[in-house]
Amino acid sequence: MSHHIVEAKDLFFRYPDGTEAVKGISFKITHGESVAVVGANGAGKSTLLQHLNGYLIPTKGELRIGEVMLTRKNVHAIRRSVGMVFQDPDDQLFMPTVFDDVAFGPLNLGLSEENVKAKVNQALETVGMLHVIKRPPYKLSGGEKRSVAIATVLAMSPDILVMDEPSSNLDPLARQRLIGLLKGFHHTKIIATHDLDMALELCERTIVIHDGRLTADSRTLDLFQNESLLAESGLAKPLSMQGCHVCSGTAKQFQPRTVNHTH
Amino acid sequence: MAKLDSQLFHIDALDELASGNSVFHNLDPRAKLVTTLVFIGTVVSFGKYEVSALIPFAIYPLVLISVGGLPFFYLAERVLLVAPFAFFIGILNPFFDQTIMVHLGSVSLSGGWISFFSIMLRFLLTVGSALVLIALTGFHAVCMGLEKLGVPRPFVVQLLFLYRYLFVLIDEASRMIRAKSLRTFHSRGTKIRTFGSMLGHLLLRTLDRAQRIHLAMCCRGFDGHVRLICPLKIGWKETIFVLGWVLLFFSMRFYHISEHLGLMIMRNIV
Repeated sequence: MSHHIVEAKDLFFRYPDGTEAVKGISFKITHGESVAVVGANGAGKSTLLQHLNGYLIPTKGELRIGEVMLTRKNVHAIRRSVGMVFQDPDDQLFMPTVFDDVAFGPLNLGLSEENVKAKVNQALETVGMLHVIKRPPYKLSGGEKRSVAIATVLAMSPDILVMDEPSSNLDPLARQRLIGLLKGFHHTKIIATHDLDMALELCERTIVIHDGRLTADSRTLDLFQNESLLAESGLAKPLSMQGCHVCSGTAKQFQPRTVNHTH
Repeated sequence: MAKLDSQLFHIDALDELASGNSVFHNLDPRAKLVTTLVFIGTVVSFGKYEVSALIPFAIYPLVLISVGGLPFFYLAERVLLVAPFAFFIGILNPFFDQTIMVHLGSVSLSGGWISFFSIMLRFLLTVGSALVLIALTGFHAVCMGLEKLGVPRPFVVQLLFLYRYLFVLIDEASRMIRAKSLRTFHSRGTKIRTFGSMLGHLLLRTLDRAQRIHLAMCCRGFDGHVRLICPLKIGWKETIFVLGWVLLFFSMRFYHISEHLGLMIMRNIV
């Protein structure tokens, strides 16, 4: 299906203050692909991601989502097909109850009341959050908020899911649950992250960005074995590929100290 | 500064109350909005020295609270929080207006004190009923009601954002104050330089955050219209609600219930 393609051609973006955040990035992501966008802090990941839903318009180059070229005029069509999950779920949840929040998008799409309710229930069920439907979002835990934020996007039935650091600020169990959830989605997924272990589990392909340029684009596993490339881009090999420190005997042992405090 | 985030501004709990389920909760927001506006208009229209005729008007917020199952003390506390504003508006009256108007036994009351009480009473009634309206309806639904009643969209959206960003602002401010107080040891208060810089930072931070929230809203198709699933139908319940209350307000406005009640009781005693 050609309409789920994301294609960037020589994308440039310069902020009004003159900072060039994206300097000529090109890639093509096809239907159903799951792609990780990795890079150090300030590499330009977030700026790139903000193009994907039309928040930023490239100063040069072009971005195509499906058959639609990103311009100021057709931003709405782009936003309709690209669902964006923000880094901070508090930015994404702004209505008084979880139900209202998830219903916000579908209502703006002009769906009927019955339809909206069905969509909300379905989206919340998918992320396993149906039990919090009546609660105010700000009273949920971090993991719950993240799941609800994903539900708000799912309820709009996007073709492409774009996520900014979905595993940040989650406890290990919530993180694992999130990975399991994302594995079950068949959307085209673009995930910007520092969590290379998650990228390894979720994405077959990885794009590395360094200083606004694309420095690598290949199979995740191959890429993460290239330690020099990772180091150049301000990254490090994922923990799961570093071998077990405990088994190899290289793990640091902490001994209880026997110092007498006299003060 | 725990007060700022936990105590003073817990207005968001009002929205939680709005998710309740009572006859009044389920009414069209427009019906409640119009009735409350008429209520406020009537209360405000009384003369400067009116006190006794205002008291029966308390029936409106009280009935709404009891039928809607709202927590009385929680609402009373919110009203009292803003009471200082009304207090300072009225407190100069007793000094300027010292003509004696009422004798209660050996105590005589000047016109200034009476108008002061009148201001406080009006304040309690109007602010109280506005809070009850939001607690029964929810802020978003009130905004939607305003839009449906023909209030220009830019105003409604302003109101909506004002409400939404209030929490963002409080959040950012309380975090900043916490960070400052952890590094302030002996000196009390805030130096004007520090204060200015904090204020500037607060502005920049909230602008940033507001932008992200706006982006999140745009991503989900926000186009300036408030859309909610809530009963939007003027049925017989709404008609009875509005007409019943408005009739009662007008009769209380033109027929002095407390005075007649008092006279009746006095006549029976004598």
